[in-house]
Amino acid sequence: MARVRRDYDDIPGTFVFDAERSRQGYGINMFCMSLLKKENREVFKTDEASYLNAYKLTQEQREAILGRQWNRMLQLGGNIYFTAKLSATDGLSFQQVAALMTGSTQQGYAEMMLRGGRPIDGNRSESEWKDRG
Amino acid sequence: MAKIVAGVGCSHVPAIGAALDLGKTEDPYWQRVFSGFEHSKQWIKDLKPDVAIVVFNDHATAFSVDMIPTFALGCADEFPPADEGWGPRPVPVVRGHAEFASHIAQFVILDEFDLTVVNRMEVDHGLTVPLSLMFGKVDRWPCRVVPLAVNVVMFPPPTGRRCYALGQAIQKAVESYPEDLRVVIFGTGGLSHQISGPRAGLINSAWDKSFLDGLTNVEYMREAGAEGIEMVMWLIMRGALDDTFQETYRFYTVPASNTAVGHIILEPR
Repeated sequence: MARVRRDYDDIPGTFVFDAERSRQGYGINMFCMSLLKKENREVFKTDEASYLNAYKLTQEQREAILGRQWNRMLQLGGNIYFTAKLSATDGLSFQQVAALMTGSTQQGYAEMMLRGGRPIDGNRSESEWKDRG
Repeated sequence: MAKIVAGVGCSHVPAIGAALDLGKTEDPYWQRVFSGFEHSKQWIKDLKPDVAIVVFNDHATAFSVDMIPTFALGCADEFPPADEGWGPRPVPVVRGHAEFASHIAQFVILDEFDLTVVNRMEVDHGLTVPLSLMFGKVDRWPCRVVPLAVNVVMFPPPTGRRCYALGQAIQKAVESYPEDLRVVIFGTGGLSHQISGPRAGLINSAWDKSFLDGLTNVEYMREAGAEGIEMVMWLIMRGALDDTFQETYRFYTVPASNTAVGHIILEPR
């Protein structure tokens, strides 16, 4: 069944982790949770594809994980606090992942934060992002 | 009789914990953040609370997606700092107050708040960073802690109105406890931040400041970021304080990592 459109789906660049995504992304998130354990991280790094066989994932979810498509994982039900365990396993700082998700460079992202962050004006609804082109 | 003597609002950015633990507090970037808590550390030292009720959220540490309790009260004798993937924070074990916590649980459940009782829980930066900011680097936390974990990871979290009402019930629960305890209640998390997706990095200072002004419920996610919704937890703290409590101290700075840092102290007039 296609996702029922919610009022918060209009927030641009945002995948709200609701009960539906929680159900859909159970496999992604429990896989990520397993990476809290050092021994699991080692096994995962040795053979990522085989490690994922232990989790119930759709083909799309598998590809998103193996391809480190950070936004796609969120769209398919991953939650950032969980996917952050995968990026940590990869040795990425959170700022590096944030830069990847926002299509920015790490330096560009860091500078934006020092300037006070991404402003709210122009970032409230999808229509504003469409207008931006 | 136990009594709530103050409310504290405080961000819990994990990078703040890392900066403290790695000795970066003198870096100009971090100095700006920590300077806002110098007053508060002395203030709480003088206040000498017996117990802190700390409203916080778990970040995929003690709770995975196997179980997502909306409100979970920690009734254990102790809560070890969790390993969040890079080793537990080098901070003391958090000492609970099982008897007082169980009293609160029983009281508020009978008052129709269906909270979950947790008898074993490791606590992550959501709980330990506010303790560090307020108590500094210590060998032993100076008071006992009753953790109240709120789901803000999965939408929907409890509404602001529900949080506020729970705070009010907690105040009644505290005041019905026979032992003389000086209780401070912490609302933690926020302020505006979004760390997920293409809109990551969002900060809304105007919103944050109006929240600090009003401490009321509005359109959290749109205005304050997907993760900024944590701010509902401050409303439990606010609900536990009656109208005699007023702001006596405030601090606000951007950024700490990806987040706007807010801090407030509320005391009786």
